[in-house]
Amino acid sequence: MGSSGRRERRGVGMTPVENYIRRRLQRKRLLLMTHAIVGYPSFEANMAMLEAMQKADVDLVELQLPFSEPIADGPVFVHANQCALEAGVAWKNYFAFMQRVTVAFDFKVLMMGYYNSILQMGHERFCACLAEHGGDGFIAADLPPEEADDLHQYAAAYQQAPIVMMTPVNSEPRLQQIAAKASGFVYCVARRGVTGRQTQVDENLEAFIERCRSATSLPLALGFGLRTHQDLQRVKGLVDIGIIGTALLTAWEQGGVERYSTLLQDLTSAAM
Amino acid sequence: MYAELFQFPVGREGYYGQFGGAFIPEILHETIRELTAAFNDAQADPAFWDAYVALMSSYSCRPTPLTHLENLSKDLGGAQIYVKREDLNHTGAHKVNNVMGQGLLVQRMGKQRVIAETGAGQHGVATATMAARMGFECTIYMGSVDVERQRPNVFWMEQLGAQVVSVDDGTKTLKDAINATLRDWADSMHTTHYVMGTVCGPHPFPQMVTYFQSLIGREARLQMLEQTGKLPKRVYACVGGGSNASGIFAGFLDDADVELVGVEAGGLGLDSGQHAARLARNVGSTGVAQGYKTRFLQNAEGQMRPTHSVSAGLDYVGVGPVLAHLHDIGRIRVEAATDADVLASLQHVMRREGIIPALESTHAFVAALKEAPHLSSQDSILINQSGRGDKDIFTIAEALGDAPWRAFLRQKVGEWEAAAAANDGVSA
Repeated sequence: MGSSGRRERRGVGMTPVENYIRRRLQRKRLLLMTHAIVGYPSFEANMAMLEAMQKADVDLVELQLPFSEPIADGPVFVHANQCALEAGVAWKNYFAFMQRVTVAFDFKVLMMGYYNSILQMGHERFCACLAEHGGDGFIAADLPPEEADDLHQYAAAYQQAPIVMMTPVNSEPRLQQIAAKASGFVYCVARRGVTGRQTQVDENLEAFIERCRSATSLPLALGFGLRTHQDLQRVKGLVDIGIIGTALLTAWEQGGVERYSTLLQDLTSAAM
Repeated sequence: MYAELFQFPVGREGYYGQFGGAFIPEILHETIRELTAAFNDAQADPAFWDAYVALMSSYSCRPTPLTHLENLSKDLGGAQIYVKREDLNHTGAHKVNNVMGQGLLVQRMGKQRVIAETGAGQHGVATATMAARMGFECTIYMGSVDVERQRPNVFWMEQLGAQVVSVDDGTKTLKDAINATLRDWADSMHTTHYVMGTVCGPHPFPQMVTYFQSLIGREARLQMLEQTGKLPKRVYACVGGGSNASGIFAGFLDDADVELVGVEAGGLGLDSGQHAARLARNVGSTGVAQGYKTRFLQNAEGQMRPTHSVSAGLDYVGVGPVLAHLHDIGRIRVEAATDADVLASLQHVMRREGIIPALESTHAFVAALKEAPHLSSQDSILINQSGRGDKDIFTIAEALGDAPWRAFLRQKVGEWEAAAAANDGVSA
C-alpha cells in the first residue's frame, strides 16, 4: 500500500521544494532548516537573523506567523508569539516581510503557524498568498491529516508543499496515513512534548527514523530539541534535514546577532 | 436527539454539525485514540455507569435536590421557579461529576497522574479532590489573573496535595491554562490523563464530559416529573465552556416542548466589547483553537480576543461544539447577562430564598427571573445552580463595596503582619 501511494505521488509531480532539497543534497550531507517568528523581537532583528542564515548557507527557513494560542510551542516561542502580536504583527506585514525575504535571500521559505490563521484566510487565498509572496510551502502545527484534504488540493494547485509531521508514538498504519498526505519533505518530531527542550539522539531515534523511511520516500527533516553542533553531527546520515528553532532564538536573546551568528556557523559546520 | 448527537458518520467522528473535531499536534494523536477507545469501552459497559452513580451518591450528595423557589415565584407572579442544586455537590459545584467520572476512567486506563486546567478554580479543586481520593499525582494549570482572583481555591488545591502552576502566557486566564495543560500532556501522555474540565477541546472530550454531566439532566427530569407532574417549560443554565448547561440540557433534549436557554457572560454589555458572549447575538465566529472547532471570540485574523466577566468560570473565548451546533440548529436559545444584572440578581436571590448561587450560576438566574413574570403560574421553569457562591466572597464583597468586609481584611492582614514581626523579633 505504501509503495503504490508513493508511485501515485510521483505521478502528481515533485513540488519545487522537494526538487530543491534533492539538488542541495547532492553537495551536502545534511541540510539545515532554521526558524524565525516574524516580528519578534522586531522586523529589523528578523532581517539580521536571516542575513546570518544566508551567510551560514542555511537551506530552508520557517517563518512563523504569530498566533494567540500556540499549543505546540514551548515557553520561548510562546513568549515570542505573544510579543509579536502585541507589537501588531498581522497578515499584511507578515506577507510583506515574506516577500522581502524571498527576494533578498537564496534559501527556500515556508510558512509555519496554526490552522486557525489558514482557516480565517481561506484555504485557496492562503495558498495563493504564499505563492504570490515567494513561499514554497507551509507547516500547520495543529492540522491533522484527516482534516487536510481540501487545503492540500489548493497547495498542489499553487505548487506549495504542505509539510506533515511524523512522531515516534505513531503506529505503522498512522505513519502510512500521514505519508499519503505528504509532499515536499516530512517533518519528523524527535520526541514527545513541545518545542525547545533537549533531545537525546539514541537508538530509539534511529529506529523511529527507520520507520519513517519505510513509510515514505520523501526527504526527512528532524526537529524538536536539536540544539548543538554535536546534535547535528549525530543525525547526519540519519536524516536529510536538521531543524533548529529554539536554540537560535535563545542565542539571540542571550547574546544578540553575534552569539546568533556564531551558533549558526557552528551548526552549519556540522552539516558539511 | 440526545443519542443521535453522538452517533458519528464514518469520517466525521467527534463532529456536531460543523463543530468539534480534533485539531491537535500529531504527537497527541495516539493518546487521543487510546482515550476514545477507553471511553467507548466504558460507555458500553453498564457496570461503569452504575459504579459512577454509586460513587457520586456516597461521595457527593447525589442526587442533588430540586428546590422550589416559592418566595420568588410568588413575588414575580409568573412561572413556578425550580432550582437544581448542583451547589450542594462535594466541592461546591457540578464540576465534581465530570471529574469523578474521568477518575474512574483513569483507573481503567491504568495511568498514575492527572493534569487539568482551571478558570474559577472549581474544576481544579474538584480534580485535586479526585486525585487525593484515588491516589493520583496532580498538577493544575491556572491563569495568573485567575490565581489572583480565586486565591481560596488555590489554597484548597494545594492543601489537597496538587501542584498549582500559575500560567503567565497570553491573557493569563482559562484559555492559556488549557494551552499549558495541552503542552504538559504532549510530553507526559504515556503516564498522564488530561482531565478536561468542560465540554470543549478535542474529541472525545466534548462527548465524554457531556456524558458524565448528563447525570444532572437525568436526575432533574425525573425530579420535575415527581414534584410537579410535568416537564418544565424552560430550562436555564449559564454557559462558559458549557459543561453544566450540556449536563442539564441532556436530560431534556428529546423533549421538543422544553425550551433550553443558555446564558453567557455579558460583562459590561455586548456593545462594550468587554464580555465573554460567543453565541448570544452570534458575536463569535467559527474558528479552530485549543484542539477543536467552534464559535470563538476572535478578530478577523483568527487571534483570540480578550474576554471579560465578573465570574472567572465564564471568562472564556470558546464554547462547547455540541452547544454551538444546538444553537445553530435552533434547539437552544442563548442570552447574555451583564455583570451588573448578575450582582443585582444575586442579592435578590440571597435575600428572598436564602441560597447563594455562584456568580457563574447567577447568570442563569438573571434570564430566568426576567422571563418568569411573562409565563403562566401553571408553568414551571428550571434553573441549574451549577455552583455555590461562598467561594466568590472576595469578588462579591468588592463589587458590592462592603465596607465592614474591607475593614475585616485590613484587620486580619494587620494581625498577621504584627504576628510575623513579633516572630522576627524573637528569632533575631
